[in-house]
Amino acid sequence: MHELAVTESLLAIVVQSAEANHAQKVTDITLSIGALSSIVDDSVQFYWDHISKGTIAEEAKLHFNRIPATIRCLDCDFEFTLEEELTPCPNCDSIHLDIIAGEEFQVDYIEIQKEETNSNETTS
Amino acid sequence: MKQRVEIVTRILDSNDQLAEQNRKKLDAHQVFAINVMASPGAGKTSFIVQTIAKLPEGLRLGVIEGDTAPVTIDSDKIIEAGMPAIQINTGGNCHLDANMVGLAINQLNLDDIDLLLIENVGNLICPAGFALGNHANIVIASIPEGDDKPYKYPNIYRNIDVLIINKIDLLPYIDFRMDYFREGVEMLNPGLKTFEVNSKTGEGFDGWIEWLKERVSTTQK
Repeated sequence: MHELAVTESLLAIVVQSAEANHAQKVTDITLSIGALSSIVDDSVQFYWDHISKGTIAEEAKLHFNRIPATIRCLDCDFEFTLEEELTPCPNCDSIHLDIIAGEEFQVDYIEIQKEETNSNETTS
Repeated sequence: MKQRVEIVTRILDSNDQLAEQNRKKLDAHQVFAINVMASPGAGKTSFIVQTIAKLPEGLRLGVIEGDTAPVTIDSDKIIEAGMPAIQINTGGNCHLDANMVGLAINQLNLDDIDLLLIENVGNLICPAGFALGNHANIVIASIPEGDDKPYKYPNIYRNIDVLIINKIDLLPYIDFRMDYFREGVEMLNPGLKTFEVNSKTGEGFDGWIEWLKERVSTTQK
């Protein structure tokens, strides 16, 4: 969908967090993206490569943790994973459903590189 | 030295925060705001113009019109119908975001408005992802778009409060299975309030206007 806006938002969060933690460099970024969030990994990566240039997070690797869409039937409690098209409950044919996972859309954690300067104080 | 920093923040967190600010501003002026979403050509502006024609006496409306190009075709229609309208040009962006809506809100005199309709960019995907700070979300579907839309664009039908099915006068001419369409919607949003209307003639608007009156009265000045 709107991967540029999303990627800009992602960069802002990552840079802010990296600076707050006195990072020299961000090496890895792990995201949780639900299958229903309509985000295309390749597209985020494409924009990332461009807009992260010259920032502390340049060349950081993006890791996408894809979360499948999980549906629970409100009539029989059966849980199933949505593969493609929306379907009634495979167990009882009910159309009363609840989406319990697959809408995630968050930054989980980043990995940063820090200077070793403090290590003398903490280790012998 | 390598270190892992936990974040666990929604990627659109900054947008969510701006949306929250918009919401507080609207609440402070007792304005009830609705985000109107639909595909291009579903009849969003015609629906709003017909809603203006049927508004109960004394209910004051404002409109924010989102478009991807610098045109004022839609806001001109609203102003012609006698209501204040602000046009937002998203500069090619596929959706409105909380920042754009915040800027538009600042241009409206909120003390003179009871109900704010925010017409999002015509698109069934992107607008669903961005909170604006409004109180209710509606989608306008239209018969010529086809009956498979809930199956192809499930996200837009989730988390909405009202579904409008527009252009019902075209049902005799188009293979649109109303049962199939509504079954798809039911799977995504059980019990969703749905009104079938014709925005050209005003047919079917009574239920929608009743719903509006009821919701706006809960935030009445």
